Order: sequence, then C-alpha cells, then structure tokens
Amino acid sequence: MQVSANRAGNPGRKLLRFTRRINPDRVYAILMILPSVILLAIFVYGFIGQTLWWSLTDWAGLEKNAEKNYIKLDNYKTLFSDITGMRFRQELVNTFFFTLFFVGGCLILGFILAVVLDQNVKGEGLFRTVFLFPMALSFAVTGTIWRWLLNPGGGINALPKMLGADAWNYRWINNRSPYTFNWHEVPLTTTLLIIAVLLFFIFRQIWRRKYLATIYLGVPMALLFLWMWSDWVSWDDTQAMHGTFNWQDVPRYVVAVIVIGFVLYMVSLLWHGKRRAALILGIPTAVVLLWYAAGGTDNFPNVEFPEAYGFNIALVGVIIAAVWQMSGYTMAMYLAGIRGVPEELREAARVDGCSEWQVYMRIVLPMLRPITLSAAIVLGHISLKIFDLIFAMAGIDHWPVSVPGVQVYYTMFRSNKFAVGSAIAIVLLIMVASVVIPYLITSLRAEHEL
Amino acid sequence: MSKRIVSLVIVLVLLLVMAAPTMAQDGPSGELEIFSWWAGDEGPALEALIAKYVELYPDVEVNNATVTGGSGVNARAVLKTRMLGGDPPDSFQVHAGQELIGTWVVADRMEDLTFLYEEEGWMDKFPQGLLDLLSYEGGIWSVPVNIHRSNVMWYVPAKLEEWGIEAPATWDDFLAVCPTIQDAGVTPLVVGENWTVNHLWESVALAELGVDGWNGLWAGEKAWTDEDVVAMWDKFGEILACTNIDVDAATLSWQQATDKVIAGEAAFNVMGDWAAGYMVTTLGLEPGVGFGWVPSPGTAGVFMMLSDSFGLPKDIKNYDAAVAWLKLLGSVEGQDIFNPLKGSIAARLDSDLSLYNAYLQSAAADWQSNEVVGSLAHGAVAPESFSSEFGTVMEIFLNSRSGIAAANAAQAIARQAGIAG
Repeated sequence: MQVSANRAGNPGRKLLRFTRRINPDRVYAILMILPSVILLAIFVYGFIGQTLWWSLTDWAGLEKNAEKNYIKLDNYKTLFSDITGMRFRQELVNTFFFTLFFVGGCLILGFILAVVLDQNVKGEGLFRTVFLFPMALSFAVTGTIWRWLLNPGGGINALPKMLGADAWNYRWINNRSPYTFNWHEVPLTTTLLIIAVLLFFIFRQIWRRKYLATIYLGVPMALLFLWMWSDWVSWDDTQAMHGTFNWQDVPRYVVAVIVIGFVLYMVSLLWHGKRRAALILGIPTAVVLLWYAAGGTDNFPNVEFPEAYGFNIALVGVIIAAVWQMSGYTMAMYLAGIRGVPEELREAARVDGCSEWQVYMRIVLPMLRPITLSAAIVLGHISLKIFDLIFAMAGIDHWPVSVPGVQVYYTMFRSNKFAVGSAIAIVLLIMVASVVIPYLITSLRAEHEL
Repeated sequence: MSKRIVSLVIVLVLLLVMAAPTMAQDGPSGELEIFSWWAGDEGPALEALIAKYVELYPDVEVNNATVTGGSGVNARAVLKTRMLGGDPPDSFQVHAGQELIGTWVVADRMEDLTFLYEEEGWMDKFPQGLLDLLSYEGGIWSVPVNIHRSNVMWYVPAKLEEWGIEAPATWDDFLAVCPTIQDAGVTPLVVGENWTVNHLWESVALAELGVDGWNGLWAGEKAWTDEDVVAMWDKFGEILACTNIDVDAATLSWQQATDKVIAGEAAFNVMGDWAAGYMVTTLGLEPGVGFGWVPSPGTAGVFMMLSDSFGLPKDIKNYDAAVAWLKLLGSVEGQDIFNPLKGSIAARLDSDLSLYNAYLQSAAADWQSNEVVGSLAHGAVAPESFSSEFGTVMEIFLNSRSGIAAANAAQAIARQAGIAG
C-alpha cells in the first residue's frame, strides 16, 4: 500500500477509518449525551438568544404576532439614563449592598456556628439539624414568615411587651430613608486614625523591604486622605449629609477604578522585571487617562438631574431574613471543611504553643479558603438574581427593597413592556455570569492540573 | 385476548367522546372557567352569581379561578401569561376603560359583543358614558357588572364625635384638623399598600385640579408639569404627612386599613366603596351607624367611577357557556344578585333599588345626578403603559417628596405612553 495514495485521500479508506473510529462505545456515549445537548441548546441557550433579541426591539403589548422593531441599545439607554429607569438604578444599588451584606453575613455567621459546633458540644447532631432547617424552606416561605415578624405593629417589635416594656416602633422594611451620616459629627480623628494605622503598616513594610506592599497600602491611604481633604475643603452645612452618592458620578468612578487597577498591575509587573509587558499595558492606560482628563466621561449617556443613591435601611430586614435562611448552608460547608483538617496539624500547632484562637485563625481558616470561595460564589449568584424573597416580603411595588429580578416581572406583566423587561433580564445574566464564569474557569483549570 | 379487550375499550371511549357533544344539544355544557380577583371578602357575591348560573345551566361545570390581590394586581399578571401562552380563560374580569381597550382590544384578543347587546336589548339599559368606556372602533368589548365609586372618605361617626371633629369638606379643612387628631394619638388618615396610596392620590388630584383639569391630563390637553399640577403634588405631600405612610402602610391590605378606622386607631380612610361591602357583609356594620361616609374632600358633586366587566376572549374552549355567562351578568336579575353582596351599584339603570343598603342607595342617587369621571388607579382613564408606571412616579415622590420631581417623571412617562399634553 502506497503512502501517497493514502494522502491523496482514497475515499474508501477514509470511510474505513471513519467507521473504525465509530465503535459502539462512542455511539452510545454520543446518543446518551445528545438529548440533553439538544434540550440545553434549545431551552437554555436558544431562549437566552431570544431574550437578547427581544431586548434590542421595541416589543410592547400583547398582540398575537406583536411587531418587534430593532431599536439598537435604546432599552439599555433608557434603563441607565432615562428618568423612567430610576427604579432600575435604585435596584442595582440595592443588589450591590444586599449581596455584600448577605454573603458577608452568611460567611461570618456560618463560620462562627461551625466553630461552636466543632467544640464537641452535647447534642451536636440536633443543633446541626436545627441550624440547617431554614435552608429546607423556600425563600417564599421565609419571606412570608419574616414579613410577619418584621411588621412594625407586631412580631419582633412586640417582644418587649412580654417583659412589660413598651413595644418598639422600629419600621424595618417600611423605612424609606437611605443610610446617611453627618461627616462633621463623626470625629475627624476616625479617618486620621485609619490613616495613621495605614502609615504604620507602610513603614513596617518599608522596613521589611517589601516595596510592592507599600504601594498597595499607600494608594488607598492616599485616596482616603484626598477624600477627607476634599470633603473638608468643600464642606458646607447644606450638604453635610453623606452616605449617598450621585449617579452622575458613576462613569467617573468606573473609569477611576479601572485606571487604578491597571496602574497597580503595571507596578507589580515592573516589580517583577517585566518591562515590556508593563509598557504594553501602559499605552491603553495612558489613553484612558488622557480621554478621562479630556472629559470623555461627560459624553456618556447619563441621567439629567443629580440622583442620590445609598444603602437603604429597609434592606436590613431583608438581609436578616436571607442570612437566617442561608447561614445554615455555610455552617454545613465550613463544618465539613473543619472536620477535613487533619487533627495532626492542629496538634502540632498546639504543641508549638498556639492558642485555640490561633489554631483557627492560622491553621484552619487558611485551609478553608476553597470552601469560602465556593460558598461565596453560590451565595453571590443567589443574591444577584433574588426574586422570591423580596416578592414575598415586600411585594413588587416597594421600591426601597426592590431588585432587578422583581422589576423584570413588573415591567413585563404590569406595564406590558416585554422588550425593556428582556433588557433587564440580560443585565441580570451579565451580572451573574461575571461571578460564575471566572469561578468555573478556575475550577475547571484546577481539575485539569490535578 | 387481552389486546382485543383493550382495543375494544379504546374504541368505546372514542365513541363516547365523539358522542358527548351531540348528546347535550339543548344548552351549554362542559366546563366554564371564570377568571377574576374576587376572592376572600369579595368572593360571596361572585359565588352567588355562579350559583344562579349553575341553576340555569346545570350541564355546565363552573371553574371559579381566582387570583387574590387587591385591584387585581396579581391576577392581571397571571392572565397575561395565560393569554400569551394561548390558554385564555372562557371569560375574565377586567376594569372597563383603558385597561380593557388599551391592553386587550388593541391587541386583538377580544370578541366584539355588539351582537349580544343588540340581542338582549341592552343598548339603552346602560348609561351612555359607561358604554363609551367599553367601546372602541365601533365595537362594544365587555359586559359591565357593577359601578364602584373611588372618591369616598370613610369614618366612624361616634368616634368623630368623641374627638370633637367633623368630616372635612376640603383638603385644607383636613390639614387644619390633622394636628388635633394626631394629638389624640390617632392616625388622621390611614393608607395601606402601594396601590391604596395611588388611590388616595387620585382623589386629591381630582379635588385640586377639578373635573376639567383631571380630564385634561388624560385627553393630552394638560401637561403634568403645569403649575397647578406641581402644586397639587405638594399638597399631596402635606396630606401624606398626616398618614401612616412612613410607619406601617406598606404591610397593610386595604381591609386592614379599613379595620384601623373601625377600631378607632385611625380617623379617616379614602377607599373605593367596596369598603362599604366589606364593612356591611364581613364586619356586619350598619351603614350610617357603624360607619359614615362623605365624598372625599373637595369632590362633592363628582362621581369618580370604575366598573368591573367581563369580556369574551378569542379562541376559548367553551364559547356557548361563556356567552350564557355574559347574558346572566348583563341581566337585571344577575346584577341584582351580585351587587348588593359586592357593595356596588348595578351598572344597569333599571335595577331594583330596594334590594340595596342605605349606602348603595345614596351612591345610586349620586350616580344619576353627579358629574362622572374615570379612575386612574383602577384602569379607566389611562393605558397600562402609563398606569402601572405611575407607581414609579409615586415612588419618586415618596423618596424625594418633591412635587416638581414627580411632575417631571409623570410627564416623561406620559410621553412614552403617548398621552402627554
């Protein structure tokens, strides 16, 4: 048999090779996967594509074959800059704070519960179950229960009555004000104190010849100082309230964060002697900086009037309910993790003179990092797309605690604006994907390396 | 052997299925699904009507599909998913006016009911103004069951005497007595969840803008940014300061808000006259003694109306049974069974007033003599693209308490909905 004939592509041979590759195992494997691949392609990715397309149209109304005209990114522009998108912007801010406190609260509370249960308490099994029980409920049930508990006229507010005291009248989720504080009532020394602590660490790092760490500490310190300084200079009594920010400043904030991130990365590259990479990175950084200095962000589609947003105090009630439900989950994760830390390691540390506190902070906690990360991802994507808890606790009209998921429903099935609702859904998808996809990539890579 | 039996059974079943429609030819049969938000306290009226229907058409099995939530907030969303999914109920409740026309008729989802009006001789049995609300492009699109009044203020006469006040005739009167009531440790005016705030707003707006101003907003003849509209918002802010809006409003249903008035925890409540139905039927109070009423301040002589109606969707499963249902709804008998229990007056002009209680008789008298305008919060005057987004305007106002901010937002939304003046 000549090799050249083979190369020329004798069809018969090719077919033979092909059929040889299709052994029954392969066929079965493909057949087994095929249904789910097809179903996923249609019911997940197909519909994501359809939603994306709808979000670029002007579809509104319930006609049977409704006219859908392509209007580019107008729906997104409405959401981010038109006065009618105000609710959506408030919801983005709400989601940010809810995610921050919900994930943080669950991790901290879960860890504490796990450590407590790890002390060989009597009836550990019972407590474990008790702490885990809320997770067995759906968010709709949790929301209804906490709606009653946090009702200003009863529930938790009525507790002092049992002791003969006056009932509280805290408003919980009915509170409409954002968290504010008067900067000039907070002693200026607080900031100065933080700056002093940072300075101490900076000098310590310089002493240790860790110059990179110096920069990492120095940048936030400088920013803090500038912020304090500008606040001091521009202070007038009418604008003494802080704790909120103006939406018009958001593009500037975003660009500033990007530039600072790039600069820090450049410095670290230079530090490791990668000059060319630093130079390559420096060019776009300089361009962005120049564009920013030339007022590039002013041309962004932005809101017409100043809009103040901040942390709505009403969210506290929702965060309590959500943490109550999900901290059992982090407890279970951490407990499993703690039990996975070899007893020998702890013993060795104790022999070396570690206190129990140090054992947890220096030995156990670092070994739990993968667990913290995956718990944070799971909780984070739950909180970004949360709907049922808010729906049950506050309904869909209560702005102070509303989230984008609620508004998808509102926009589509109240206002009949299906295109705008799709646009919100796509924004939600992007937010969740930006949390989940990096995690999936790193965990897949880690599996390959193993 | 067994295979033969199975195929025999299948053939028999098929024969039965095919024979079923031909067997009952003398009246509608099968299942009739009626979709509404009349559950709980408003349920008995609908159930009485269904009982009558079953008595008339015993072959029909009625499926009473209700979705709870005041003013239909949840029901409308469920209805839309069903209609979009090609599964319309045989007949559904819808507010007469723009909620019917702007959402369903424009979308070509409804059957024209003119034939029914002509067959039954209804053309001169309903007031012309109401028929106008139900008509669009030459068709009449639903059958009205009742008339409700939106601008009513409720109170307990004995309590007012105790506090030494009278029901206010204008909002300025109300603001004047507000501190007195607050000093007694009582909420001057109680509101509940969000839509009840919109409900209060429309009474305030009607009082401050007058009939022409109110109608001008919806006809596109008056801008939301006009000076008097902005001033009205600011007045509304002053009134809100006399309510429980910042305390527990968001967690109260309209019934719970009414309960607070009855319990003496609040002095007044502006709510549609379904509140009378609740107080009479559920709480067992006597009109004029257990509770009293006046037109909401500054709106004497004006009747802000809304009407519940039932329509006939296209592509339904049981057309005959649905038409029979609509016939019952539009008849004097049907309306007089339903309305005394519901706490509303009949949409027909020839109903038997002796069946109705003292409140409803006074409402019926006002309905004949007053100037009539439509409600925003209950779907009569504006399409849903505006009325649902009005919640956003209200939130902007509640957060900023700035009349000009609310006015600008309302104007922007009105422009998007195509009704801006």
